[in-house]
Amino acid sequence: MTTRRIVVVSAGVSDASSSTLLAGQIASAITRADAAVSIETVELRPLAHDVIDASITGFASPRLQHVHDLVSQADGLVVVSPVYKASYTGLFKAFFDAIDQDVLVGKTVLLGATGGTARHSLALDFAMRPLFAYLQAVVVPTGVFASPHDWGSAGAGALESRVERAVGEMVSLLGGSGSGRSASDDIDLFSETMLSISDPRRD
Amino acid sequence: MQFGIFTVGDITRDPVAGTTISEHQRIKNTVEIAKKAEEVGLDVFATGEHHNPPFMSSSPTTTLAHIGAQTEKLLLTTSTTLITTNDPVRLAEDYATLQHLVDGRMDLMLGRGNTAPVYPWFGYDGSKAVELTIEHYQLLRRLWDEDVVSWEGKFRTALQSFTATPRPLDGVAPFVWHGSIRTPEVAELAAYYGDGYFANNIFWPKEHYIRLINFYRQRYAHYGHGQPHQAIVGLGGQFFMRKNSQDAVNEFRPYFDNAPVYGHGPSMEDFTEQTPLTVGSPQQFIEKTLTFADFFGDYQRQLFLVDHAGLPQKIVLEQLDMLGEVLPTLRAEFDARRPTDVPDAPTHAARVAARDAALAAPVGEQVTA
Repeated sequence: MTTRRIVVVSAGVSDASSSTLLAGQIASAITRADAAVSIETVELRPLAHDVIDASITGFASPRLQHVHDLVSQADGLVVVSPVYKASYTGLFKAFFDAIDQDVLVGKTVLLGATGGTARHSLALDFAMRPLFAYLQAVVVPTGVFASPHDWGSAGAGALESRVERAVGEMVSLLGGSGSGRSASDDIDLFSETMLSISDPRRD
Repeated sequence: MQFGIFTVGDITRDPVAGTTISEHQRIKNTVEIAKKAEEVGLDVFATGEHHNPPFMSSSPTTTLAHIGAQTEKLLLTTSTTLITTNDPVRLAEDYATLQHLVDGRMDLMLGRGNTAPVYPWFGYDGSKAVELTIEHYQLLRRLWDEDVVSWEGKFRTALQSFTATPRPLDGVAPFVWHGSIRTPEVAELAAYYGDGYFANNIFWPKEHYIRLINFYRQRYAHYGHGQPHQAIVGLGGQFFMRKNSQDAVNEFRPYFDNAPVYGHGPSMEDFTEQTPLTVGSPQQFIEKTLTFADFFGDYQRQLFLVDHAGLPQKIVLEQLDMLGEVLPTLRAEFDARRPTDVPDAPTHAARVAARDAALAAPVGEQVTA
């Protein structure tokens, strides 16, 4: 069986970021669940200037392009963002704004988020999930939200079990055929518009 | 190989002087820049077409006719003429008139070149941009190539036995380039008609354009106009030169940092690394420009953007002097690397000669122009 590639994207901005901590926890759970998976982790913080530059110039710098390439070659993604003002961060959104439209089509995506209070947990389903639905990714049913409470010993078991459940779903989706769709940027020479060029007088 | 300059006609505040030029002065300066282009030995001058501030370039054929009256050799063209929002009948007549006035010393580059709000100003729907491009161009082609045209389409009223006047000079329509930075349909259109394809690559990395240009080259061959490497390709470029490269960097930086398109974004160093922009010495400029043919194949027309971002007229004219000084080297180097079966950029005289040769050829033998 070929090795499946998963890229973990973390949009945590502080050092010792809880988003990065959660991303790491999900990555370890994936490795435990499926030894044949290779995992690469991308921190958006060092790429923040590149991401904003790309939103101004319309093209990615070489190091941002390298990350775009990793994402486009991956079988699945784990994406983790802090929740600010009831949604993912601007950096997280800007990263996905700058990436090619079709890159995530059919890819399995596990959603993770962290926030200062458990009351932010719906940001997963009301903000992140629509974004990845738009990008036509196959979103893992269970998303993982971690509040400060979850990092304390009392709630650790609950977070761990949510991670295990989400990862189990992801591994299962990766083992199947996904959505059966894939991104293709081939130019369709037989589209109506293309055909109308070589036959100007057609109806 | 033709070398020239293209302007978008932006009126941008000079971030160093803190002043903004008037429309009147900017228009007059554009004429002076074109005359300077001829003086320093450049082949081509191109003006853009925009219909909204901060641009002043809404009437390209007026501007080009005026320049044509004050120059002798300079080939006049556009960058780009809006095929979407101009009526093809007007385009056929305006550019044929220009062709007569300047004795064939012109061609034009078509592009969509519009943001969505512009379309309704001219009575069109911006969501139909690609379809408009195709239908308008197919009609323009017929208006030039056929004396009497009856036509019906989706986007304008039908024509019954219509003759666009004046007829093209010597019966040969102006050569057409199609400018595009992302639309494969435009590359296909250029390929189908055997027209030129101009990729204004100044703002983006080369990889994107390599893909588009290769697509155009393959389709050009597919439609029987020649081998892929013989297709007619034009490219953009951008530079700021001083004898000493550090002087160029220091002087251009405030203009770069405040430029309308990329200002307040990437550093000038990153941008020069990732796009065709050179800020440095003449030698650095020559070396970088020569790499274009390595990436995109041997090509026919190279246009540089020089007057933009609020640069004062004096500096623009100095930049043209410097471009003129390196021109003989650029010409020699590009000529040396170009295989003999790669054609020159089309001129009116060459196209008339090719047409005459085709007419003189024995029946049953095809000669392609």
